[in-house]
Amino acid sequence: MAHLSEAAVAQINEICARYADEKTPLMMILSAIQKEYGYIPLEVQEIVSEKTGISVAEIYGVVTFYSYFSLQPKGKYVIGCCLGTACYVKGAQQIIDKFSEILGIAPGETTADGMFTIDALRCIGACGIAPAVSINGKVYPKLKVSDVPGIVEEYRNMGGAN
Amino acid sequence: MAKVNIKIEGFPYEVDEGLTILEAAKRCGYEIPSLCTYNHGECSQGSCRVCLVEVKGARGLVAACVYPVSEGMEITISSPKAAAARRASVELLLSNHSMKCQQCDKNGHCELLYAAQITGAREDMFEGAKTPATVDQLTPSIIRDTSKCILCGRCVERCKNAHGKGVLGFEKRGFNTIVAPAENRSLANSPCILCGQCVSVCPTGALTEKSEISKVDEAMAAGKYVVVQTAPAVRAALGEEFGMKIGTAVTGKMVAALRRLGFKKVFDTNYAADLTIMEEATELLGRMKNGGVLPMITSCSPGWINYAEINYGDLLPHLSSCKSPHEMFGAILKSYYAEANGIDPKDMFVVSVMPCTAKKGEKERDQLVTNGLRDVDAVLTTRELAKLIKRSGINFNKLPDEAFDNDIVGDYTGAAVIFGVTGGVMEAALRTAYFAVTGKEHDLIKFEAVRGFDGIKEAELDLNGTKVCVAVAHGMKNAKVLLDDIRAGKSKYQFIEIMGCPGGCIAGGGQPFVKPQFLPNEDIDILDTYKEKRAAALYSEDEKQAVRQSHNNPQIKELYEKFLGEPNSHKAHELLHTSYAAREAFKD
Amino acid sequence: MEKIRNFDDLRAVSEELSAKLAGKFEGKDGKRAIVLCGGTGCISSNSIAIREKFEKLIKEKNLGDRVSVNIVGCFGFCSQGPFVKIYPEDTLYRLVKIEDVDEIIEKDIIGGEVVERLLYIDPATKEKVVKQDEINFYKKQRRIALRSCGQINPEDINEALGAGAFQGLARALKMDRQDVVNEVLNSGIRGRGGAGFPTGRKWMFAMNGGGDKYVVCNGDEGDPGAFMDRSILEGNPLGVIEGMVIAGYAIGAQNGYFYIRAEYPIAVNRLQIAIRQAEELGLLGDNILGTDFSFRVHIRLGAGAFVCGEETALLNSIEGKRGMPRPRPPFPAVKGLWGKPTVVNNVETLACIPYILREGAEKFAQCGTERSKGTKVFALGGKINNVGLVEVPMGTTLRELIYDIGGGIPNGKKFKAIQTGGPSGGCLTEKDLDAEIDFDNLVARGSMMGSGGAIVMDEDNCMVDVAKFYMEFICDESCGKCSPCRIGTKRMLELLTKITDGKATMKDLDELEELSKTIKAGALCALGQTAANPVLSTLTHFRDEYIAHIVDKKCPSKICKNLMQYKIEKDKCFGCGMCAKACPAGAISKTDYTAPGKKLPAHEIDPMKCVKCGACIATCKFGAIYKD
Ligand SMILES: Cc1cc2nc3c(=O)[nH]c(=O)nc-3n(C[C@H](O)[C@H](O)[C@H](O)COP(=O)(O)O)c2cc1C
Ligand code: SF4
Ligand code: SF4
Ligand code: SF4
Ligand code: SF4
Ligand code: SF4
Ligand code: SF4
Ligand code: SF4
Ligand code: SF4
Ligand code: FES
Ligand code: FES
Ligand code: FES
Repeated sequence: MAHLSEAAVAQINEICARYADEKTPLMMILSAIQKEYGYIPLEVQEIVSEKTGISVAEIYGVVTFYSYFSLQPKGKYVIGCCLGTACYVKGAQQIIDKFSEILGIAPGETTADGMFTIDALRCIGACGIAPAVSINGKVYPKLKVSDVPGIVEEYRNMGGAN
Repeated sequence: MAKVNIKIEGFPYEVDEGLTILEAAKRCGYEIPSLCTYNHGECSQGSCRVCLVEVKGARGLVAACVYPVSEGMEITISSPKAAAARRASVELLLSNHSMKCQQCDKNGHCELLYAAQITGAREDMFEGAKTPATVDQLTPSIIRDTSKCILCGRCVERCKNAHGKGVLGFEKRGFNTIVAPAENRSLANSPCILCGQCVSVCPTGALTEKSEISKVDEAMAAGKYVVVQTAPAVRAALGEEFGMKIGTAVTGKMVAALRRLGFKKVFDTNYAADLTIMEEATELLGRMKNGGVLPMITSCSPGWINYAEINYGDLLPHLSSCKSPHEMFGAILKSYYAEANGIDPKDMFVVSVMPCTAKKGEKERDQLVTNGLRDVDAVLTTRELAKLIKRSGINFNKLPDEAFDNDIVGDYTGAAVIFGVTGGVMEAALRTAYFAVTGKEHDLIKFEAVRGFDGIKEAELDLNGTKVCVAVAHGMKNAKVLLDDIRAGKSKYQFIEIMGCPGGCIAGGGQPFVKPQFLPNEDIDILDTYKEKRAAALYSEDEKQAVRQSHNNPQIKELYEKFLGEPNSHKAHELLHTSYAAREAFKD
Repeated sequence: MEKIRNFDDLRAVSEELSAKLAGKFEGKDGKRAIVLCGGTGCISSNSIAIREKFEKLIKEKNLGDRVSVNIVGCFGFCSQGPFVKIYPEDTLYRLVKIEDVDEIIEKDIIGGEVVERLLYIDPATKEKVVKQDEINFYKKQRRIALRSCGQINPEDINEALGAGAFQGLARALKMDRQDVVNEVLNSGIRGRGGAGFPTGRKWMFAMNGGGDKYVVCNGDEGDPGAFMDRSILEGNPLGVIEGMVIAGYAIGAQNGYFYIRAEYPIAVNRLQIAIRQAEELGLLGDNILGTDFSFRVHIRLGAGAFVCGEETALLNSIEGKRGMPRPRPPFPAVKGLWGKPTVVNNVETLACIPYILREGAEKFAQCGTERSKGTKVFALGGKINNVGLVEVPMGTTLRELIYDIGGGIPNGKKFKAIQTGGPSGGCLTEKDLDAEIDFDNLVARGSMMGSGGAIVMDEDNCMVDVAKFYMEFICDESCGKCSPCRIGTKRMLELLTKITDGKATMKDLDELEELSKTIKAGALCALGQTAANPVLSTLTHFRDEYIAHIVDKKCPSKICKNLMQYKIEKDKCFGCGMCAKACPAGAISKTDYTAPGKKLPAHEIDPMKCVKCGACIATCKFGAIYKD
């Protein structure tokens, strides 16, 4: 447990306690940790294992099964590029390529300064305004490749990594 | 049991309701290939798709291993469509498999290779990317190779049952899925207890034991004084490797084989089991008398010791400080025996043949070094012994029966023989404790309550007015129940026996594989009955012994008189007792 | 508001609220109503800021007693959003920007004049259309599942009650359980989640089981390109909740679970609000409407795995496990969530249930085909003019869907194919255009209904590339449990890649077909069983395209990068050098040649350096660059 701060341990214990009355709370616990803590490293899984009685192997299996959970911290801004069918046929590949080019990282990676992560998503249900990109939950409609540099700039200006 | 009428290949049969097609077909005389299912229901993912058959009216083909029979069902196994589908499933598996059969430890017992053979799988049908190979050789006991894994999930289920929580799991998804400890780390840095249960069920070479045959070869080549001892459970299963029926005791042939393999002395670990009982029973009675930590828990199963150190560091004072029998034997051989025979203990090389993979790790514990020498130098499993015998050109079945060496050590009693099965240590200890307290032999000798394969067994014994409550658990899932009670301060027991493997050592992780497809002459329910059969071999050996209580072993008495003094003496502690230390589950 | 304790309470409340709601649309409250779309699409194009601007201006100009501002759910026509609608005139403005708000207030609200430039223009006739109902996109639609979406404020239970919410439940609660199931059976409704299993039959199995039972609403909607469930949940969450409660009553369950994709935050939020409001009114919880029936609703979030849309994987996911499908039988209706009888129904299916109970099975069954009753919502996407959600009666033809409702193919391109059923479905072509859409017809034609995704492809789409796209998706999303799907789809993807790379032989094509059949026959769940459909159907209809890739090493649509090149037509090139500037690879340079009538030397592309990014073609104003 060497790497976790006391506050983090307390937070994770609190999350586990929050769902203690649920019948099978694992997914809810992990979702909450992912949301509040940003990622779910092994040390955190060990605490969850202790609290729930579920083996670390099983928890790790769940964490790595669902693409929403991550083992590494994500960037401050997570750029979710939809590569779903509706977006794909409207040129989403070029959009994500452009983000990759500008930020110098591949999808799934985080910039060295911890600012940006690019995620390839499968349909965010905004197909009516394809191609769509979602950045920290804000959806950008009908993107063009030429919009990409401006968007990156916008977030760069909004502030540094935590 | 309600019955249903089904047809297989057009022939009518009446079978029990609730069976899967695979089980029902087996009872009707059909063998449907299968890879992922194991021991009807212990593991049935329905994932390998090697058991596909046609069922009239069903959409597509169905997996026989998970599809229940129902009234009027018509099943076809032989149709070209089903046969081709089964073959294709195997071919796909082979396309993501490192086919190194020649060097593979499972060759001869490999269910994948067998399935390939009987389905007629064609070589290199589907070529493409393969799962990257992670070959984990860091533990002293087990080698894990992801490039041979077919993701059947048997090990995951078995590990969960044996280990309680489970070390192995599915990771990632899709083509990237692997079965591994979290983070695909080495078993050595995981909570694995090295019991080897996963190895016994793995259909392929993805999980195998780490062989120490070459270590023995080297010691022989170096001209060491190489002696061997065999655990009780070995004799109950070794014959299986040579085509004998499960449950055949092969003590005499085993000894004969070991002599022919060049071991200077061939001993029975049972001798040391008697010694263990003397020490352990004394320790128990001491704790009871002096207000020591109770319940006391047996310590002869290294799988269990690993589990305790990783998960119950706070309960370690409950463990008996006795070394396990083969370690005690090693220590005695390198002291008392070496001295008596004028051998330099440094030249001695003690090999233990064990039903166990965890013992390979146990022998390397720092706590099991006496006077700078390891008590035991190499551990072979029952399976490795069989390999050694086959390699050496010995026709095992034609060997004469020979007796163990017992010049000054080596004699044993019936109490020691039953160590190999769950409840055995307890029973042996009770026989001796009863005598120690009452001065009388227990008239029953057999303590039925602690026999059998219930997960947790308990008994009560009256020792001159003091009631002693005892319990027996095998497999960590069961042990956990007792341990949590102790932790919570509500355990009612004074003495507990815990064995790592479900069933005890007769079903240890180093025992011959029980794979029905390779055992055409066994009953079809062999997976349900093999433990009983092996156990029966041990219980009958117990009954055949003239002496059936450890304290009546003449050589043990002599050992105390001439060398150790009395049980739990200072010297006994030096040689026969050990210590434990809590450790972390996930080392970095 | 007071709790609704019994049927009489409900009737009274509903009557009052429905008069109020109608009054709002008809201007009877003396106000004009500005209605904005608050669906995901329009919110992303700023509809919230637009609303705030309206509110601000109305306050500034003291128009508060003459006009109200309202947020409703998705109009379905998201590509034309954000929408602003004005009642009682029923004027529809589209593609509204924040700058347009002043004009709408000044001209329309104050001046009573329509703002012409914000009206929808019919792509065919080029005429401006004032009212929503007059737009072709809406004309042929029939709204059952989408009823109330785009009409009521999804965060206000009063509007839902005004629009008839919980009337279906009230009727159901007065009936015997068996009769409720019969009503659903008689309606002929089949599951909208993909497989089309008769909902009534499913309920019957679960009803016959004993002990604890559950209803699960499948809101995982993983089919990329489909967003009907999202819109329903965002636009009328109470409609789905009501459907779930009815299901609970019918089968004898006390608890219902919504399993919603984590990617749908607005839907989840509105569902939470709706649940809370319904609980407050006593429409969820103990003794609903004074009966002895109690029902509670819970929400569970998905975590990014398409396969969790498969019902048994979904159950595993709720149980906190990896979303790996379970072998069936046992079916969920017999042994589902935590081993108990469980009905799993799709969002759209449940959204239809209140209508069936309120209006009766017959009314529902009036529309549709012989074996597929009612309506179906489709998400029209891809190369089509009117992108959006449409709900049409079963039996509508593809031609009507694509041309009448969808407005045809943009840019005068030729229709090539429409993919229905998402990655599990197949493509339908020109010759299928007059086929009536229903569950069985689509299957007979080598595709399937699926959840209703409908992606249109034009002549520019390479069908091998499309098949590969779907296979990539499936390969990514395969749970990895069973060998035919885990390994087989990987092998198929490898073969398809070989084909699009121009490295395949005809033998590979045979292997591809063989693998398709193997996976179809052997996979454990429907994901694998249908994984090969896009390949099989493109092979059926566009085999020549495969052969062109394999034999001629050409991609006829010039999509597959490894089989095409960017070239400059020397005589068209003005030598302006724009392309060279845009090229990230430095692949473009001047030549010695100057085309007749041009001043500067023509440029050329070095194929060895070109990374085929397409940047040059977008910059050349003279159309000199082409793909070969
Ligand atoms: C791979 C796969 C994905 C699926 N995804 C969904 C989904 O997103 N939503 C859904 O309602 N059903 C989905 N289904 C179908 C469900 O398994 C199930 O049939 C459905 O939820 C039942 O509801 P219904 O009878 O109302 O259609 C999917 C099936 C498969 C095989
Ligand atoms: S596991 Fe079986 S098939 Fe694989 S290499 Fe070993 S013997 Fe051969
Ligand atoms: S069958 Fe025998 S001879 Fe032939 S390859 Fe195998 S080992 Fe060699
Ligand atoms: S050796 Fe035992 S504890 Fe370790 S992985 Fe195998 S079964 Fe699990
Ligand atoms: S390691 Fe062996 S038992 Fe475990 S999943 Fe792989 S093949 Fe099966
Ligand atoms: S029960 Fe026997 S075989 Fe199993 S770990 Fe313990 S000593 Fe080894
Ligand atoms: S078909 Fe695919 S998704 Fe379904 S169980 Fe098999 S591997 Fe998983
Ligand atoms: S396609 Fe891209 S890399 Fe190739 S020439 Fe044009 S701009 Fe340069
Ligand atoms: S942009 Fe067009 S016209 Fe200009 S140099 Fe390039 S190809 Fe020639
Ligand atoms: S396909 Fe991109 S939002 Fe649906
Ligand atoms: S044995 Fe039936 S699927 Fe593996
Ligand atoms: S989100 Fe506004 S019309 Fe769909």
